[in-house]
This record gives sequence, C-alpha cells and structure tokens, in this order.
Amino acid sequence: MNYFVRKFGFYLVALWAALTLNFLIPRLLPGNPVDILLAKLQQRGGIVSPAVRRAYELLLGGTSNESLIAQYREYIVNVFRGDLGVSVTYFPANVIDVINASLPWTIVLVGLATIMSFVLGVALGAIVGWKPGTWLDSFVPGTTILAAVPYFWLALIFVYVFSSTLHLFPAQGGYDVILNPGLTMGFILSAIRYGFLPAITIVIASVGGWLLGMRNMMVSTLSEDYILTARAKGLTNSRILRTYAARNAVLPSVAGFAISLGFVVSGSILTEQVFSYPGIGSKLLSAVQNNDYALMQGIFLYITLAVLGANLVVDLLYGVIDPRTRARS
Amino acid sequence: MPNLPPGTEPSIGDSPELLATENAELGVEPRSAWRSLLPTLTPPLATGLSLTGLIVLFGILGPFFVQDPTVIRDIGLTGPSAAHILGTTQTGQDVFAQLAYATRGSLQIGLLVGVLATILSAFFGIFGAYAGGFVDEGFSLFSNVILVIPGLPLVIVISGFVPQAQRGLWTIAIVLAITGWAASSRVLRAQTMSIRDRDYVAAARVAGERSFRVIRVEILPNLLPVLASQFIFAIIFAILAESGLSFLGLGSAKSLTLGQMLFYAQNGFALQLRALWWFLPPGLIIALFGCGLSLINFSIDEIINPRLQNARLYRKRRKLAERNAS
Amino acid sequence: MDTSAPRDASSSTEQKAVLTVTDLSVVYEVEQPVAAVKNVSFALARNEILGLAGESGCGKTTLAYAINRLHTPPARISSGDVVFHDKDGGDIDLLGLGDEQLRMFRWSKLSMVFQGAMNALNPVISIRDQLEDVLITHRPDMSKRDRRAQAGRVLELVGVDRSRLSSYAHQLSGGMRQRVMIAMALLLEPQVMIMDEPTTALDVVVQRDILREILRLRDEFNFSVIFITHDLPLLLEISDRIAIMLDGEIVELAAGKDIHRSPQHRYTKKLLRAFPSLTGERGDFIRTGVSDDLTETK
Repeated sequence: MNYFVRKFGFYLVALWAALTLNFLIPRLLPGNPVDILLAKLQQRGGIVSPAVRRAYELLLGGTSNESLIAQYREYIVNVFRGDLGVSVTYFPANVIDVINASLPWTIVLVGLATIMSFVLGVALGAIVGWKPGTWLDSFVPGTTILAAVPYFWLALIFVYVFSSTLHLFPAQGGYDVILNPGLTMGFILSAIRYGFLPAITIVIASVGGWLLGMRNMMVSTLSEDYILTARAKGLTNSRILRTYAARNAVLPSVAGFAISLGFVVSGSILTEQVFSYPGIGSKLLSAVQNNDYALMQGIFLYITLAVLGANLVVDLLYGVIDPRTRARS
Repeated sequence: MPNLPPGTEPSIGDSPELLATENAELGVEPRSAWRSLLPTLTPPLATGLSLTGLIVLFGILGPFFVQDPTVIRDIGLTGPSAAHILGTTQTGQDVFAQLAYATRGSLQIGLLVGVLATILSAFFGIFGAYAGGFVDEGFSLFSNVILVIPGLPLVIVISGFVPQAQRGLWTIAIVLAITGWAASSRVLRAQTMSIRDRDYVAAARVAGERSFRVIRVEILPNLLPVLASQFIFAIIFAILAESGLSFLGLGSAKSLTLGQMLFYAQNGFALQLRALWWFLPPGLIIALFGCGLSLINFSIDEIINPRLQNARLYRKRRKLAERNAS
Repeated sequence: MDTSAPRDASSSTEQKAVLTVTDLSVVYEVEQPVAAVKNVSFALARNEILGLAGESGCGKTTLAYAINRLHTPPARISSGDVVFHDKDGGDIDLLGLGDEQLRMFRWSKLSMVFQGAMNALNPVISIRDQLEDVLITHRPDMSKRDRRAQAGRVLELVGVDRSRLSSYAHQLSGGMRQRVMIAMALLLEPQVMIMDEPTTALDVVVQRDILREILRLRDEFNFSVIFITHDLPLLLEISDRIAIMLDGEIVELAAGKDIHRSPQHRYTKKLLRAFPSLTGERGDFIRTGVSDDLTETK
C-alpha cells in the first residue's frame, strides 16, 4: 500500500512542477510574448480587448503590476477550468479544441507503435539472451545500430523508398482527405494505411533498445540460483524461459518503459513532421513557427499530463508484477 | 513465447567468482586493477574505435583541406564530379566542404553536451547517493521529476520562446544538457548505492579512511566503466537531439551542423529532386558515428557486467570442449 | 539427535545400491584445463545417508551437479558412468539419457535441495506456483484441486503452515525457505535426494531442527541422501557413511563411526582436528589444533 501512495504522491509533485514550469518559461525568456501574440492576433482579424490581453498576460506574463504569486494563482485556476486561451494559428479556435482534435491521432499512432516495439524488442531479447553464441546474437548490434541512426533521416529514406519509388504507402497525411473523418470502416482502413509507414519507422528505430536491455538482463538472470533449481526440477525449457528467466529479466525493462514514454513523445514530433501526420506534435511546430505561444503552452501541458499519466500507470503496474517492491519502502 | 525444442537448455557458463577462483588455482596472475577496467579488443570494439576515430579526424582536420563551404555558385544542384566530390547544393555550395564543417559542428555540440550532462548527472547521481539521507532523497526526487517531464517538447518550447537571433551553439547545448542529464543520474545513483553498500567500502570506512579518499580509491574505479558508458550515451543523445532540433528549424542557425545540413536539404527538396548526394552523407555520418559509439559501449558493457563476457566466450569454450571430447 | 541413530554400516552395504558412480571425471575446459573431479567411484545404498565432506573447491559440488548433469560449459564429463537403479526395476544410464528423458527423470527419481536461504527460489512467483509447477510438469493428469492439496501436504510435512502457500520467497525467513526447498524436493517422492550445503547459511539452532526433519522424513519416505557439506562434525552426527573429498578425489570412504574413531587418510585426520571441541581446555584448539600435519605435503 505504501508503495502506491508514494508513487501517487510523486506524480502529484511532478504535475505541480510541470505546471509551474509552464508558467515560468515565458516569463523567464527574452522577448515580450504577449505583445507579439496580440500583434499576430490583430493580423488575423482578432479583437484585442482588455479581457483578451488579461487572459494572455495570465498565461504568459506581461507588464501588469500584479505580483507573481497572484498571477500564478489565477493561472492555475484557469488551467483547471480548461481555459488555455485562443489559438492564433487556428484562429478563432480555442487552444483546447485544437488540442482535442489532434490528440487522438498521436495517441493511437505513438501508443500502438511504442507498445509494439516494446513487446517485440523484449520478446526477441529474451530469445536472443536464452541461448548465447548463436546467429541470433547478430540481432543485437544490428538493431542497436538502427537506434543510433537519426530517426527522421531513416523515416525520410523509408518515404523515399516505399512511397516515392515503390508507391506502396502514402507519403503524407493521416488519412485520405476525400474521406470524411468518423468511425467508419473505410476511414479506419485508410487511417491504418496512412499510419503504417510512420508506425513501422518508430518500431524499427526503437526496438533495438528494448532488445539489448532484455538480452543483457537475460544473461544476468540465467546465472541465478533459481534457474538452476528450475533445471534440476526437470521443468520444460519453455516454462523456464517464460516463468523463471523472462519473468524476472523483464522487470528493469518495464521500469525503463515508463521513462521512455517521455522520449517517445519527443520522437513523435519528428514523425509527424516527416509524415505530415495530423497529430499534436505537428500542431506544436506550427505554433512555434507562428509565435502562437498560447498553443505552445497548452500543448506542452497536455503532453506532460499524458506522459505523467502513462508513467503512473506503468509504475503501478510494476508494483503489481514485482512483489518485492510492495515490501520495500 | 514459442515452444522451444528440447536440447536448447539455457547455459551461460560460470559466474565471475568461479572464474576468478579457477584462475587463482591455476596460478594465473590476476590482471592489475586498471588493466581489468579496459575492454578486450574484439572485432566489434575495433570497428567501433575505427569508425569513431575516423569521423573525429574528419571533423578536426577536414575543414583545413576543403573548399569554403559558404561560397555560392550559380551552377545549382549538381551531382558528384571531379570539382565537387559530393556534388553541390541547390545554391551551388560544395557538399563535401559543408560536410567537413558540419561534422566538426556536430562533434563540438556532442562533446559539449556530453561533458555538461555527465557533470550534472555525476553530481546529482553519485554525490547524492553517497551522501545518503535527505540529500539523496531530494536529489533523487528532483532528477525523477525532470526525467518524467518530456524532453523534446520542453526544448522546443524553450527554443520557441528564444528569438532566432539569440540562439547560439551554447544556448542549444545548455538546453540539451539541462533536459538530458536525468536518465544518466538514475543509473549512476543505482550503481553508487550498490557499491556503497559493499563490504570493502564499509571496511575502508571502519578503518578510518576519509570520505574523499574512500570515494576516490574504492568507489570511483568501479564507477568508471559506468561513467564512461553514460558519457558515450550522452554524446549519442546530444548529436541525435541536436540534429532533430535543427531539422525542425529550431537549431542554432549560426553554426553549421549535420542536422542543419539536413534541414537545408529537406527545405531544398533534396529527396524529391533525387539529390541523394546531399541528403545521404550527413545522416550517414551521424549514423556511423552513433554506430561506432554504440559498439564501444558494448565492450564497456562487458566490463560492467562480466557475465556478458561469458556469453561471448561461451561458443569458443564449447568448441574447445567438443574438440577435447573427440 | 535421539530420534534415530545412524544405521549400522554393515546392513546398508548388504542392501542393493540405488546409485552407482564409476570412475567419474569432470574437467573444466578453460585455457589451462582443470580436473575438478578425478576418477570418483562410489555406490549409494537404499535409505542410506552418505555424507560428502571436503573444503571449498575440492569438487564436491561439481560432482553432485555432474551426477544430475546440471553442470554447464566449460565443465565437461570426460569419463565415467553414473547408473541409477530404479526400485521399479531397471537400470538407468544417466549419462546416456536424451534431453527429454533426462528432464522426466529429474526430480521424479532424484531431487536436489540447494541452499534455499540464498537465491534458490523464484522471487516473483508465489510458493504455491513453484511447488505446483513440478506437479504440472511431471504429473499432468493431476487435477487442480489435487495439486493444491499435495502442495499443502508437503509444506505441512516439513513444519511450514499451509497459509504460506500464497507467500513470496522474500517474505520467508531463512529457515522457512530451506524447509520449503525440502518440501519441494519431496513432492514426487524421489528415491535419492542430493542436498548441497542445506544448512550452511542458517544459525545452529535452526540447523538442528532442519536436520531432525531430514532424518524423520528419510525414515518415513525411505529415500537415500547425499549430504554435501564442509562441516564434518555435522556429518558424523547424521551420516551412515562418509566420503572425504580432496582435490577432486575421494580419499576415504567409510562408516561414520569408523571415520570418527579410526580415520585412515592423513587429510581425514587433519579435517577432524580442524574443528574446536566443546570439551577440553580452553585455548587448546588454537595452540594444538591443526598441528603437525601442516609441515607435511598434501
């Protein structure tokens, strides 16, 4: 019980830290974001009323005389109310609506691809680590080297080969634009077809890390005493591999999976750029190009929340699969 | 999990303690402490060292021997020729020259961030773990929070708020270092904690050794392989992250790096125009450098975890046993 | 130790042997090969407790592992035979068994007890799962209810409460873990149990309890034991016969009381003198313990 409470507490602290960071960044860096933003807003035909200026000042900091603490308090209240401002890039849409529209694309693509590469990497790593000194060992340097390749470069080459040259998959977009978005079979199939190449690129680039970690852990685990006991008990090889070796060896990988979620999100931004995928990452980039600070802040907040949430889930899961953690702390 | 056929029993060979005992019984002198910290020279390690070495040389010496990369000519996009080994960009700039300068730029940033990030992670990880108690808890909480906040979005947001004009190499380096040290510090902390609790450290302390000396003589030598490995990871991370940032247009426009080259190539429609000589080399250099570093890291892994050495020698030993049996 | 005294040596040699080891040699194939076990021969009688004593590195564990073919490269059996005489009739050549036959043989006819206090139990699955997977593997026709009943039964046999089935290894004390290891070894009612330093990591009071259990269970289930330890006085208490190992060879093999009263080999004598006594003058051991033999070569 103590373990779960501690974990929960930690994530509350992290959440607070993220919110505060989000609050502080625009105020700490050079330039006056509110003025720039309002200028852009006027260009798009927006009305700059004192209320609008006030709203932005709360988000980004400005020349008002209010104390930092008061601004902070109002900022937090606004965040919890869901008021993240109006987007300049997608004027007159609210930041929160822009995010909600693009979030599912990212979650599905990145979520599925990450889980696939984790499962694949760990399974391959277990098999490679089980019987060392065979041709399977060559998997290890092969996939690790793939992980050292700049992801977007690899993605672009894939686009070049599979899309432009072989015309197997579409190069850009999330779905065929003639279709209407919705939960229809045609739309879903189209989404899968468009998502295939980005997903495969993510998997190929990241599977190496999981494979290496699992394989190294398997090597360590196989010299433990309980493996000897399992062999002496006359258990079948597949049972020893599954329940004795892999079950123990996978623990650090699961812990690492939580950490990797942050990096996965980073990678998705590049993916969406290369494939023009309509997810939250590409919105972030448009926001940067357009000095749409409100959208930038809102997306950062969302991404952080998603990563924290996922991390919490994985950490709790770890507490379930390793009975010793519940005894510690 | 697939059903494995019988006859594929798991076997790894002996634990390092058993090997050491055997060797001692044979009268084989143990390698000196420092020698045993160095990896054995295997083909992967040799390959890694060569790759890394060659690219570093290229980055350091290349710029002295190539043309001026900034000269714009009106020959436009041309393929490899006698005058320009790797062809030219759409503005007629020599790709090979750019490659040399860009390699230097990327290496600089890699090294810079590597050093900064390692210093940060060593401080928060090693010192925190050794101090123990409240300091340790605080440092650990701090690094976990930083770790859990997504890195690239943070970097993008920070870069986004800094106006283009003020984004220099150092800005990028500092931002990357600040967002990238946390993972390493966890590893170093775990390693320090496991060493700190070992008997020979306790023995040294009981014998009255001063803390500083205990760290230097007992703990640090055991941490060196892990530190080296984390340093290498930091360099790989830095180069990849910087190239990603530059590719997104958020890098330091003032200096030329491999990522910047790819940015210009992408914006110059290099792939669509089939200008592979422009697009492939920068990414290839990053990939090969990362490869080389990873291969070196494999060998360091074997020092950190001697059982991996057994895994490698397993096949050799089995052949030896089979030969002796016949 | 009053519940059962060691059997009379003469009667055990009259009974048929359950395990015969002939001329067994094990080599470590490293850069300069090491002979860990050299031409070892002995016969284990039914219901006998055979002690195997020697200092660290003498090869007793290597020998035990080799009998069950648990050794791993670079260890290799270079010569010899290991024959198991099944009480259901028939002799089994252990070194000639195929992998699947070996797997089926293990635990059902010959089981092992390792130092459970260390790492011999799987830390992430419950005790019940570890006991039951033996039954799932070797008695696939058993129903789930019967398996559960059997698992609880063996635990109670060694004096561990049935409720411990749902515990994990780290929740048990050292003594309890050792008892669980013994219970696990009893599951299929094997004919031979090899125990490798089962009580070394436990304190002496717990050790005594465990040893009493072992003797009691041996009487109830009639299995033979090969008891491996460096603790010779312990073996003198419980073994029918004792084998002394030195540098991979068995230098002496005789009944417990003969070893005690009239040791033949130099090394046996040295071993006997290497343990302090609870009687006699204080300080005697230090001053006169491992005495004259130090000047002789082994």
